[in-house]
Amino acid sequence: MSKDRSSKNTMENSGLSADEQLLFCNARPEPYKPYSIKAVEDFANWARANSLWILAFGTGCCSIELRPLMTARFDISRFGIAGRPTPRQSSVFIIGGYVSVKTLKRIIRSYEQMQGPKFIIALGSCPANGGMYFDSYNTINQFDLYLPVDMYVTGCMPRPEALLAAIMELKEDIKAGNCDGANRYVENLDWYKANQKKVIKNWDMPDYNW
Amino acid sequence: MNTLLDRLATDFGIYDISDRKPAITTLKVEKQQAERLIRELRDREGYTHLNFITCIDYIEQGIFTLVYMLHNYGDKSTLGVEVDIDRENAEMTSIHTLWAQAWTYQRELREMFGINFPGSPRQEEDFCLEGWDDIPPMRREFNTKTYSTETFGHREGRVSEDPREHMKAQLYPTRGGDN
Repeated sequence: MSKDRSSKNTMENSGLSADEQLLFCNARPEPYKPYSIKAVEDFANWARANSLWILAFGTGCCSIELRPLMTARFDISRFGIAGRPTPRQSSVFIIGGYVSVKTLKRIIRSYEQMQGPKFIIALGSCPANGGMYFDSYNTINQFDLYLPVDMYVTGCMPRPEALLAAIMELKEDIKAGNCDGANRYVENLDWYKANQKKVIKNWDMPDYNW
Repeated sequence: MNTLLDRLATDFGIYDISDRKPAITTLKVEKQQAERLIRELRDREGYTHLNFITCIDYIEQGIFTLVYMLHNYGDKSTLGVEVDIDRENAEMTSIHTLWAQAWTYQRELREMFGINFPGSPRQEEDFCLEGWDDIPPMRREFNTKTYSTETFGHREGRVSEDPREHMKAQLYPTRGGDN
């Protein structure tokens, strides 16, 4: 290993042992820079908006709403949206309802492995303010402390129509170039990481999961 | 059922037998006799299925009540064996030698209530909670609202309504919320 591990642009990875640190990348992520020509960037945004691939990771009870979306009645594929089995292939992360601390760790891991451009839709009232689990010892109350959210859908649980409306709105936002959640995450990475490590007490993974 | 209970009552010092439902009977037994009684029920009396192990926290009396729910497929009866253990230094004999699945319950009880089962496999590992460093959350002295607000914060603007009063005001506004 001849990587420079002391430069300013690296993460500490202090949750890993010395041996494990050699196995993981410790580079800091960098924000996305738009194309300098506006027409090209607009075209790229149009393309992004029309190929949203959802990560098939149901994190709570609201993700039951994703099943009717895929089948004939609501049929989400007519909007160019498909489910994908792995984070590497997907661009939309739908947080399906309540997020326990144990799941939050897996969500962070999956989100960081997703390749940009990537967007988060938070479904239901639990990620927004805790919902019915506001006093739970194990469920977070404000999801946007830990990861950037591009679109909230209220309801407990929201109907598939509400989710469809949110996806339509997300598309418009992407086309207008307003969805900069991934950039916010990278620019404020230290703040997000401090919040994440406050609740995830056994942090035994790299600081950024490339 | 009654003859069985009469015989067990003299052999194992069972007390406080009560019929909760037509097919569910519970009985209390001393901690030292519990494992022997459960073994007897499983091997001789046909209670071959362990439904679950759970715990009730009687904080006022300073005890945990462990409930071993056993099922008999022969006469389709269910028997709950209740054991009172001390709340401080809570410890109980492990029954993972009787049913292998018992150690999962015992792991959960250790994490949620802090009850120790010496010899039970993988007791020290995290089960549901990862990196938990407070008192076990299902103990009644644990204030879950305070913990949640301190750890996870509170979103400004969140309000709670009394459902009954709120719906009255919504449904009967002209009568001042009186139905």
